[in-house]
Amino acid sequence: MIEEEAVSLPDAATRPMTMIEAINDALHLMMARDPDVVIMGEDVGYFGGVFRATAGLQGKFGKNRVFDTPINECGIIGAAVGMAAYGLRPVPEIQFADYIYPGYDQLVSEAARLRYRSGGEFTAPITVRSPFGGGIFGGQTHSQSPEALFTHVAGLKTVIPSTPHDAKGLLIAAIEDNDPVIFFEPKRIYNGPFDGYYDRPARSWKGHAGGQVPEGYYSIPLGKARTVREGSALTVLSYGTMIHVAEAVCAEKGVDADIIDLRTLVPIDAEAVEKSVEKTGKCLVIHEATRTSGFGAELVALVQERCFYHLEAPVERVTGFDTPYPHSLEWAYFPGPVRIGEAIDRLMKD
Amino acid sequence: MAVNPLGEPQAGAERAAAPGNLAPLSLHVPEPRFRPGDTPDYSYLDIPAAGTAPRPDEACPASDTWGLTTGLIRVLDDEARAVGPWDPGLSADHLRRALRMMALTRAFDDRMYRGQRQGKTSFYMKSTGEEAVSIGCAFALAHDDMIFPSYRQQGMLISRGYPLVDMVNQIYSNRADRLKGRQLPIMYSARDFGFFTISGNLATQIPQAVGWAMASAIKGDTRIATGFVGEGSSAEGDFHAGMTFAAVYNAPVVLNVVNNQWAISSFSGFAGGERATFAQRAQGHGIAGLRVDGNDLLAVYAAMRWAANRARSGHGPTLIEHFSYRTEGHSTSDDPAAYRSAREAAEWPLGDPITRLKRHLIALGEWSVEQQETMDREVAEEVRDATRAAEKNGILGHGLHHPFHTMFEDVYETLPWHLEEQADQAIRERRIKWPDWKEEG
Repeated sequence: MIEEEAVSLPDAATRPMTMIEAINDALHLMMARDPDVVIMGEDVGYFGGVFRATAGLQGKFGKNRVFDTPINECGIIGAAVGMAAYGLRPVPEIQFADYIYPGYDQLVSEAARLRYRSGGEFTAPITVRSPFGGGIFGGQTHSQSPEALFTHVAGLKTVIPSTPHDAKGLLIAAIEDNDPVIFFEPKRIYNGPFDGYYDRPARSWKGHAGGQVPEGYYSIPLGKARTVREGSALTVLSYGTMIHVAEAVCAEKGVDADIIDLRTLVPIDAEAVEKSVEKTGKCLVIHEATRTSGFGAELVALVQERCFYHLEAPVERVTGFDTPYPHSLEWAYFPGPVRIGEAIDRLMKD
Repeated sequence: MAVNPLGEPQAGAERAAAPGNLAPLSLHVPEPRFRPGDTPDYSYLDIPAAGTAPRPDEACPASDTWGLTTGLIRVLDDEARAVGPWDPGLSADHLRRALRMMALTRAFDDRMYRGQRQGKTSFYMKSTGEEAVSIGCAFALAHDDMIFPSYRQQGMLISRGYPLVDMVNQIYSNRADRLKGRQLPIMYSARDFGFFTISGNLATQIPQAVGWAMASAIKGDTRIATGFVGEGSSAEGDFHAGMTFAAVYNAPVVLNVVNNQWAISSFSGFAGGERATFAQRAQGHGIAGLRVDGNDLLAVYAAMRWAANRARSGHGPTLIEHFSYRTEGHSTSDDPAAYRSAREAAEWPLGDPITRLKRHLIALGEWSVEQQETMDREVAEEVRDATRAAEKNGILGHGLHHPFHTMFEDVYETLPWHLEEQADQAIRERRIKWPDWKEEG
């Protein structure tokens, strides 16, 4: 794993963590460092969150700083905006990204525009954490990947980690950032990487390089991609769970791929994308979200505009289908090894 | 025949084919009492006499206020005397200052309305008839309490001493506009004056006000927040969210519904006003509620003072309904003659807030018609001077605006690469259109 961009403490001891543990560690650390950090959301307090991301925080920092909320996403985000206007640094949780829509007006019309419309008088340094993505038999309302609804909004930053190491460093950076950040956590890889082979035994983060997480404080700058694997035959642009699927399929196909984990979708690391595509001349974009007007369309446009004369083949997109996320046919929907493999074959055929 | 899950025949199941003996259901679509051409008759309104509403202790349980959510707290009686337990006992000096702020707000509204008609700006919204709500509330708050206004609380900003010239600069979107020409006129933001940035999206400020109050409580501060919404936008989900959060966390906040009877062309019935008062919304949430004569400055002041003291001493949130009337059109883009009786404002039984306070001060022997005329001249001149000063910085569309690059600033704390690229493009386009153009610095 190449970690040139990570501001890790070079000599810090690391320990194996799951993504949930890494997120929990980042929250513990930021609450201790900054008395203005407060955590709020449904079931995040006494219970520690339905995914255990906030476990132990209320006991340590008290109910004034970590508290349960009514089941009202508009209220959660709206109150967080007001708290930020006061001077706090709220980290609200939306239990599933599928349920972020009641808070959407507060995010789009308020949090995203507060700094702009007030000429900088008021800001919204909030980090909205929310589990997203499929692969867990979550059906229609526990599987969605709504990142494109946020990347389209000026004033928001959208961040998606793919390893425990990145999750901790990016979450710390997101909380410290003075702009509103949507922090989507791929829940399929909370407890271990997932390569798309749903019929094989689940893996844990143990033994994965990305599961080694430095102790203490470090941050990974927003807006910087990570090179997962260096190669010269094909550029793969992806994020979240799909990074691991892409890695597995490229290895299986024996393709010398340059795999870029975007990590931050807005602002995007265009330089990393350009550098890679200029080197390889071929590009494959992969995401779980539905295809039409998905974030992949933006990536394809960016590559087409900036790397046109380097391209040796049309840019390919592998995504979820343009349907609601189904339950029983989950693995027919999920952009798994077969769909990715076909695209790679098309790209590599000459 | 269709059966229900208990196996019983369902009476209504075949009604579409053959009506049974139940009357067909019908949809109730509210209709205001008076339309254009009608003569309004307000005798249906139950308006209690001034001084009759009881004043419970500020620390009382919310349930002690429930009677107050259906009545009307009024202090000024028909002879313009202050009566009853809600008389806040303000000094004559305070009353004269409040009267002046109301007059200044009205003069400002009149001038800006004309400015819009003269093409100096694109848009304006008056608060005529509702000045007592803004000024009464502003006077009852501490200067560092945070206001989350809607677009019709300009009187609060004026009361807090915000420079009129800065308000006009914002309305003209000129080069001195503190919001850099980004915002529609009247969407002020004044952090140093405790006046939160106004949004076009209705009611979003209500959960935000509650969140600000929660933050104050989290930090052990003594400041409180207050949020304003019209009766129309109290139908938004955000209002319910804010009320729930305010109640759950006992937030030090005062939420206000300014019931001016109209939401553009929709009367208050479309926000549920036919079924219950807006103050009654407090009851179901377990929040203290007050319903107040919004055209009676003393009553508004007393109610806000009561609620602010309650919040500041940790006894929790209050919802206040200010019962008033929107005397003018919704905005410069609206013609109320198309949907309501032209006589409504003149016949409104709670009168005009400025006239009522003026009569009260005269009755006290602390004011005169001549002083009123002098004051009206003075505030008109004050507004005229501010307007002239602002016009030196430009009016809308006459070229004196902020530099192009500012359009791209403050989207984020720092400019990402894609906004730098787009800023370059905007300037390039300008030079193509006007080759000699030089950006003002």
